[in-house]
Formats: sequence, C-alpha cells, structure tokens
Amino acid sequence: MITRRRFLIMAGSALSAVALSASQAERVLAAFSKPAIDQQRVKWGMVIDLRKFNDLPEKKRKRVYEACKEIHNIPVFPDPKDRVEWIWGADFEHVFPEQFHEFLEEQFKWLEVPILCNHCENPPCAKVCPTNATWKRDDGIVTMDYHRCIGCRYCMAACPYGMRSFNWRDPRPFIKKINTTYHTRTKGVVEKCTFCVERLEKGMQPACVEVSEESFIFGDLNALESEVSKILREHFFIRRKPELGTEPKVYYLL
Amino acid sequence: MRAPLIAVLLIFIGFFFFPYFYNTAVGQLGASLPELQKPLGEQCIEDPNWMSENHMVLLKDWRDNVIRKGIRTYISDTYGTEYNISTYTCFECHTSKAEFCDKCHAYTGVKPNCWDCHVYPELLEQYK
Repeated sequence: MITRRRFLIMAGSALSAVALSASQAERVLAAFSKPAIDQQRVKWGMVIDLRKFNDLPEKKRKRVYEACKEIHNIPVFPDPKDRVEWIWGADFEHVFPEQFHEFLEEQFKWLEVPILCNHCENPPCAKVCPTNATWKRDDGIVTMDYHRCIGCRYCMAACPYGMRSFNWRDPRPFIKKINTTYHTRTKGVVEKCTFCVERLEKGMQPACVEVSEESFIFGDLNALESEVSKILREHFFIRRKPELGTEPKVYYLL
Repeated sequence: MRAPLIAVLLIFIGFFFFPYFYNTAVGQLGASLPELQKPLGEQCIEDPNWMSENHMVLLKDWRDNVIRKGIRTYISDTYGTEYNISTYTCFECHTSKAEFCDKCHAYTGVKPNCWDCHVYPELLEQYK
C-alpha cells in the first residue's frame, strides 16, 4: 500500500526528472563569434554641420531623410497622426526653443535642422522602459529590442526630444519598397533611430551620413584622432536641450 | 465513496485520450503528419533532428546575441561552419515559409509571431 506521503514524493521526483531532461534538451549552443564592435572602447557620436546641410539643394536634403526610410523599411502613412519617422527636418525655433528669441539672426531663423535620436548618455527613455526593450549599449547607442516592446509608450513620454514613433497601425501595407536585409516592425511597438547599428557592424557609415555630402560627420568620440572629436575640439557647437542633463551625442555646428 | 471517484477519473481519462484511442482504432494514428519541403543545401546548420526540436531555442539565442551583444556570426556546433545570423539565412535553403514552417506549425498548433516583422520569401513576392 502506497501512502499519500510516499505517492507525493514519487510524483514530485518523477516530475523534476522530466523537467531536468527537458532542460538538458534546451541546451544552448554557445558557439558565437566575437562582436564586430568593441563596445567597451567605442562611443559613437554625430556632428551635423547646419550651414553645409542648408547649402545643399532641397532635393539632396530630402534624400537624407529618404535614404533612412528606404533602408529601414519605414512606412509612409497617409494620416500624419500615424507618422513613423526616424529622422526629419524641423525649424530652428522648434529644435532649439531655448536659443530662440526676438533678435535671433535672420539666417538662423530659416535654418532647416535635421533631427534624430540623440543617443543620450543618460537616456530617460531607457530608464522608464519597464521591459528593458530599450537600453543604452556600451558604445553609447540607445537601441530597441522590438521583441520585448509591449507598446506602453512610457519612452515616448520620457523622451524630451520627441524622437520616438509608435506604430498605431500595421506598417507593412504602407512600405513602398521592402529592403530584404532589414526587418519591418509590427503594430504596437515603438521605434526610433538606431544610428544604423547593423551598418556600423559591417564597417559602414550610417545611411544618412553616407548621402549627406559631408554635412553629417559620424565617428568615435573616444578616439582623439577621429574626425568628430577633432571638430568638437575646434568648433563651437550646440546640442538640443543640454540643460536637461541627458548629454545628447548629436552635435550641431552653426 | 471510492467507486464514483474512480469512475469519474476513468471517464475523464477516456475523454482526454479519445482522439488517440479513436485514431489508433481507425488506424490513422500519425497519418496526417505534414510532408515538409526538401531543403536545398547539403546540411542544416546543426543536426536536423536537434533543429526540428530546438530551432526556437537557437533562434532566441541568435536574437539575444545579435541585439544585446552585437554578434552577427554563428559558428555551427556540429559542423564548425560560420553562418550570418539572420532569419533569412534559413530561407536560403528552406525556400518557402508556407511549405516548410507553416505546415509543421499548423500541425502542432503553434502560432509564432516571427513573421509580423521579419521578412519571408512570400512577402517579397508581394512587393515585387
């Protein structure tokens, strides 16, 4: 006669044996190569030369935004309320509200300022994310894991620059031409600029930098001899809302 | 007190395993196993049997390594060959989602949401 106590012990050990063998089956093959970028040493940053950029003809300025759209399968929605964008042009007044005043030089008033994610050193969006779907990599890039995004939009509320977009609708029908080497997003996730991580890992420059005719300069802020650090050492630059302490890493030359 | 309990248990077990008993009786057990499309290449990236059981573990592992660590090359544990980590690497040999992934997933009643975002061959046809 099996007692209840004995039965429970036997059932429990049988269950744990099954669980153990199952976990054995889920053996993770840890055979991966080294990462392409040594994230501990690099810190990416971008310099945007506003004067050079505004000297470009309108077509070429548009091309900068278009290139990003094409490469990242960004949808174009008919309703502006659904807008999903990673980089776009805005007025000086709206990009640098604290710099704008009555007597601002005429030339600044009409500048087109390209805006994108600033990849802050202290990203408020990453701090508020409840699922760790967005976080700052060691090389300073604030990136997204769409698998984990639950669409709560805390990050959109936290970002002081408004650089994040939410997919209110299924984006696929609104993508004109699909880039086969990149994914699309799905309804209910937030997306934003990633400094073209996948291109950096291949040793390429971000898409916008490549078509900007040298008005965008991208590189490693940690390396003294890199072009970005040289420019930052030698020129006066402004950043968006530096008083907030987020330490943005997109620098604007006037 | 014991007898009705055992009766209820037996009835429950009978209902629970009814599809199994029924199909065994008819001789149809396992008859509707899906026929999967034959892949193009010579070998899968790992042992095929291991892959059919654990591909989801591998894919999750790939995901975490690419997104979190920035590692984009996978070295096969079985064969030692290098592969680019991308869901599209699979489609280079398994050329159809409908004929390969979907058939087995439909049979086992699994609904993965990979293809809401990731690109698959049939989707590309639509955009051509």
